Amino acid sequence: MTAAPEMGPVPDRRRHGRIDVEHFEFWYGKSQSLFDLNLQITPRAVTAFIGPSGCGKSTFLRSINRLNELIPGARRAGMIRLDGENIYQQGMDVVTLRQRVGMVFQRWNPFPKSIYDNVAYGPRINASPSRQELDVVVESALRRAALWDEVKDRLRESALALSGGQQQRLCIARALANDPEVLLLDEPASALDPSATQKIEELVYELKRELTIVIVTHNLQQAARISDRTAFFYLGRLVEMEDTQRLFTSPREERTEAYITGRFG
Amino acid sequence: MKRPSPDATAIPRTSVASASSSDSSPPTATGASILSSAEPARHLPSIQGSVVADRIYRTAILFFALCVPVLLLLIFVEVGVAGWPALRQFGFSFLTSSTWDPVKGEFGAAPAIFGTLLTSIIALVIATPLALGGAIFLSEFSPRWLRQPVSFLIDLLAAVPSVVFGLWGVFVLVPLLRTGLMPFLRDTLHLGATPFFSGPAYGPSVLAAGLILAIMVLPYIAAVSREVLMAVPRSQREAALALGATRWEAITGAVLPYARTGIFGGIILGLGRARGETMAVTMVIGNRHELAASLFAPGYTMASLIANEFAEATTDIHLSALMAVGFVLFLITLIVNGIARLLVRRVGEVRA
Repeated sequence: MTAAPEMGPVPDRRRHGRIDVEHFEFWYGKSQSLFDLNLQITPRAVTAFIGPSGCGKSTFLRSINRLNELIPGARRAGMIRLDGENIYQQGMDVVTLRQRVGMVFQRWNPFPKSIYDNVAYGPRINASPSRQELDVVVESALRRAALWDEVKDRLRESALALSGGQQQRLCIARALANDPEVLLLDEPASALDPSATQKIEELVYELKRELTIVIVTHNLQQAARISDRTAFFYLGRLVEMEDTQRLFTSPREERTEAYITGRFG
Repeated sequence: MKRPSPDATAIPRTSVASASSSDSSPPTATGASILSSAEPARHLPSIQGSVVADRIYRTAILFFALCVPVLLLLIFVEVGVAGWPALRQFGFSFLTSSTWDPVKGEFGAAPAIFGTLLTSIIALVIATPLALGGAIFLSEFSPRWLRQPVSFLIDLLAAVPSVVFGLWGVFVLVPLLRTGLMPFLRDTLHLGATPFFSGPAYGPSVLAAGLILAIMVLPYIAAVSREVLMAVPRSQREAALALGATRWEAITGAVLPYARTGIFGGIILGLGRARGETMAVTMVIGNRHELAASLFAPGYTMASLIANEFAEATTDIHLSALMAVGFVLFLITLIVNGIARLLVRRVGEVRA
C-alpha cells in the first residue's frame, strides 16, 4: 500500500461517477493478478472491459466496489478515485461506497423473496423509507430497468418465477433502487438468450444517460455495440484503452489486434 | 402410436418382447426369436435387455421404499392393539387424568404427555439460539483452522450415549441446579413469585430434564444449520453486500432467509430427538405423576414412563396402559411432524 498523501484533485462532491485509477495492483494471496493499472473511466458513458479469461478484468471490476476484499488473503496497492475521492482511504464507508457503485453479476441472483422485496432490499437497509416512499422508489427502479410493465401486476410474487432475462433485469432494478452513480456489470448477458441479451443491451444504452456503466464481457460484438470506450486486459495488465470505434478498427497494440480478430483468447 | 410412421414400428416390438419375457420362462430366447426376424436386429437386444433390467430394478426399489412405511404401520397397529384395552376402559380421561395407580388399576397419562411436551419445548427454546448462533459463527465468521475442530466437537456431542448424559445430569447438573440455578432464579431474580419458578428446589425436575435435552439436541440443530448455511450460494451473500449491506445485514437479510427451510428442518430433527429421548430424562426428571406448573417440580415424560414401568408391570391393564402411552406418543409424533411439515412448506414459500 502506498502511503502517499492525498494530493489528487479536490474531491468533487457533485456526483458524476468519474473513476480515476492510479497504479492499482491486486494480489490473491501470493499471486499477483493486477499490475500497475492506470486509467480513467468516463462518466455517463459505457466502458467495456474485454480480454481472455483470467486476464483480471473481473478482479478489477470487483475492486471498484471493494467486493474483492472479502476474499481471505486479498491485498491491493494503488488508488481508485470515485469523483475524486479515494475509495480505499481510511474512513471510507464501504457500505456507502457499495450503494454508490451498484453491481450486477453474471449469474442473476435475486433473493428468494417477492419482486417488490428484492427491489426494496437496498432502500430498506440503507434508509428507513416510509411505505409510500418505498412504493415510489420500487416503481421508479423497475421502470428504469424496463421491467415495470411486465411485473407491475405481480409485485408480490416470487422473483424466482420470472424468466432468466427478467431476473437479470430485476437485479439491475435492485441495484438502481439505491440510486447509484456507477453500475458495474459482470458479464450480465452471457447466460441469456439473444432476445434477452438485446433487452439488456438496450437497457444499458438507456441507462448511460444517467450513470456511469462499466461492463465486463466476453462478447466482442457486444462490447462493440454498446460501449463508448473499450479497455483490453491481458495477463493482469491493461494493454490498451481507446474509444471503442477506434480500438476495434485500428488498434495500436498487436496483442489487441490478435485478440479482436480471434487469433487467441 | 396409431400414426403409421416408419420408425414407430420398432416400439411395439420391444414392448411385446419385454411383456412376453416377464411371464414366459426363457426371456432371451423369446426376445431372440422375435428379433431374428427384425431388420435392425443388432441394436435391439441391448434395448430389450435394459427394459427387463429396468423392471427388476424398479420393482426392487419399490420394495425397499415400501418396507419403511409398512414397518411403521405394523408398529403403529401393534402398539394400538396392545394399548386398546386401556384406551377402551379409560376413554378420553386417559389423556386428561393425572391418576396413575397400578394398584387400583387406574391410569391417566396427562402428566407424562404434559411433561414430554414441556421438556421438548424447554430444550428447543434453549438449544435453538445457541445452535443457530454457533452455526452462523462457524459458517460465516470462523477462520478455517477453527471451523474444523469446533464442528468435529459439536458432532461428537451427538455421539455421546444418552446414559452418559444422564449420569452427568445426576452428578453435576442436578446438584448445580439445587444449590445454584434454582435458588438464583427463585430468590435472587424473584421469579419465585411466578408459578413457573416456585416451590422447593429438589434438583430432579422438569427444568433439569429440559436442560439435559437442550444439550443433547444442540448438536443436531447446529450440524444441520451449519451445513445448510454453508450451502447458501456465495452469489446470495454478494448480492446483499453489493447492495450496501453490512456483513450482519447480509446474514440476517439474505443468508438466513435463504436457509430458513433447512434450519427449520434441523429444529424439527432436534424436536424429534427431544420427544423420544428416554434414558437421560428418566435419570433427572424425578419421575412423579403430577401436573405442576413449576419447572422446579419433578415430572414425567411418556418415554421415561414406559421405560421405568415396563419391567415392573404385572397386571394386564398396567401393561396395556403403558402400550397406550406408547400409542399416544406415536400419535403426538405424527401430529407434531405433520404440523412441522406444513410449517416448513409455509416458511419455504416466498412471503410478500
